[in-house]
Amino acid sequence: MIDCQNLVKHYGPLLAVDDLSFQVEPGEVLGFLGPNGAGKSTTMRVIAGFLPASSGRVTVCGYDIATHATAAKACIGYLPEGAPSYPEMTPRAFLDFVADIRGMHGDSRRARLAEIYGLLHLEHVLEQSIDTLSKGYKRRVGLAQALLHDPQVLILDEPTDGLDPNQKHEVRELINAMAKDKIIIISTHLLEEVDALCNRAIIIAQGRILADDTPANLEARSKFHNAVSLRLADNVALEQIRKEIDALGDVERTEVDANANRLTAFPAPGRMPLRAISELSAERGWEFAELHLESGRLDEVFRTITGGAAA
Amino acid sequence: MNNVMAVMRRELKSYFLTPVAYVFIVIFLILSNTFTFYLGNFYERGQADLMPFFNFHPWLYLFLVPALSMRLWAEERKSGSIELLMTLPIELWQAVLGKYLAAWLFTALALALTFPIWITVNYLGDPDNGVILAAYVGSLLMAGGFLAVGSCISAATKNQVIAFILSVVACFVLLLAGFSMVLDLFSAWAPQALVDTVASLSFLTHFASISKGVIDLRDLVYFALLIGVMLYANAIVLELKKAD
Ligand SMILES: Nc1ncnc2c1ncn2[C@@H]1O[C@H](COP(=O)(O)OP(=O)(O)OP(=O)(O)O)[C@@H](O)[C@H]1O
Ligand SMILES: [Mg+2]
Repeated sequence: MIDCQNLVKHYGPLLAVDDLSFQVEPGEVLGFLGPNGAGKSTTMRVIAGFLPASSGRVTVCGYDIATHATAAKACIGYLPEGAPSYPEMTPRAFLDFVADIRGMHGDSRRARLAEIYGLLHLEHVLEQSIDTLSKGYKRRVGLAQALLHDPQVLILDEPTDGLDPNQKHEVRELINAMAKDKIIIISTHLLEEVDALCNRAIIIAQGRILADDTPANLEARSKFHNAVSLRLADNVALEQIRKEIDALGDVERTEVDANANRLTAFPAPGRMPLRAISELSAERGWEFAELHLESGRLDEVFRTITGGAAA
Repeated sequence: MNNVMAVMRRELKSYFLTPVAYVFIVIFLILSNTFTFYLGNFYERGQADLMPFFNFHPWLYLFLVPALSMRLWAEERKSGSIELLMTLPIELWQAVLGKYLAAWLFTALALALTFPIWITVNYLGDPDNGVILAAYVGSLLMAGGFLAVGSCISAATKNQVIAFILSVVACFVLLLAGFSMVLDLFSAWAPQALVDTVASLSFLTHFASISKGVIDLRDLVYFALLIGVMLYANAIVLELKKAD
């Protein structure tokens, strides 16, 4: 488990992390969200044992990162922001070095290395210097390094940045497959990633936690939550339909995008207008090209919570 | 110790993956031979020893060793790989020692490659090989001292050029600590005891006696202490500066 208590981190006069407290249990995949400069990477660096906290306490797997750093680091796999490595080396030599330090030996080491090459599709680039790899492959080498010893705790700073859609998908599958009994923290700017991966999200801005909840609960804060979005085949009757839907008790207000023939009906507080709308349209015989229920939009929640300004 | 070896092996590998290793070795061999034969009057002296060869080593190291040590930590800090290294389960001292030993081993290799001159002098005359061996040891120790200073300075900056210049200056002061040029700076105001201490720090004085074949325990202790203190400082500097 990761236990972060009243974590504060200053860079000189700059306060980067301001009194963060949270715990992460095995099985949780925690997403760190927040505008640029919010302090996500800084927090991860402290947890991974790279930076000392200015004050506060962090324990990982029961080890205090300040006093038992090496033991704590042994159970962490960490992908630093930008996936730094030794550019002149080949992925093979680099991963060999990491395996050395991780104390891996013999057959299990060989098997694990082969497995990792396969998981991240590194076989074709093993002998090419990391310097000359594309950005996505560099990231994969960084991921390989973090996953190599099958760590109990994974801390990944923007793990899918620079990956192509196929790789993004595969890396997410990989993380999902491991997630069951591990502790995983990822930071990301891709909100769809939070939906795809995380069962918990913390939104940080200016070093403080603004929200700590499941992605579904965060989405429920959206004004789009339970809204009904519908698209007409043509806009002939759009205004007429709008008036009628507006008059429904479950609907607070409607928005129309005339160019896309789209109408969105926002619910009155605590109501679900979908049913009323579908009954009404059956009655009137309206034909829709599309009709769906919105679960809420994370990006909109994100902007609302972080004030839109810093982002 | 396994971790030290792993860090050392990785570092050494990197030397040979970049042109650094080859350039360093070639330049070292060319310069050491040029100095010996042209400036040192190797033949004209008519003596079967390697004094002219070893006499130039301090000056050779003054520029070549900082060129090697400047990248030790500055590069890790610049590229961010230090974040990777420091979050692997190793102790700070293991990383410092491993990288330092790699650089030292590398200079030992360069030094070992000067063996033809030893063979030459044996072919031409009948030198005292014990003295020559002692001088090799002294030369290696001195390179180790320079490297430790350079490694420590390299940890303090992200910029390799700055690391190089500062290391050259620091090594120059250490080299000449026993000479009036440096001592005059102190003797005007400092008590005699301090002046003597500064004088006793001189690389040249300690190297001179070893290269004459006299391996004095005090000289060995001097280099061992210097290296130890510098590497300790190196670790502290890293701890303080790694985040910037
Ligand atoms: N080495 C450093 N020295 C001084 N200030 C720093 C340093 N690293 C980060 N900062 C500052 O600390 C704050 C938090 O930075 P951090 O990298 O943690 O943000 P982040 O949330 O990861 O942002 P991003 O989404 O852009 O990656 C920023 O204001 C940044 O400028
Ligand atoms: Mg970041």
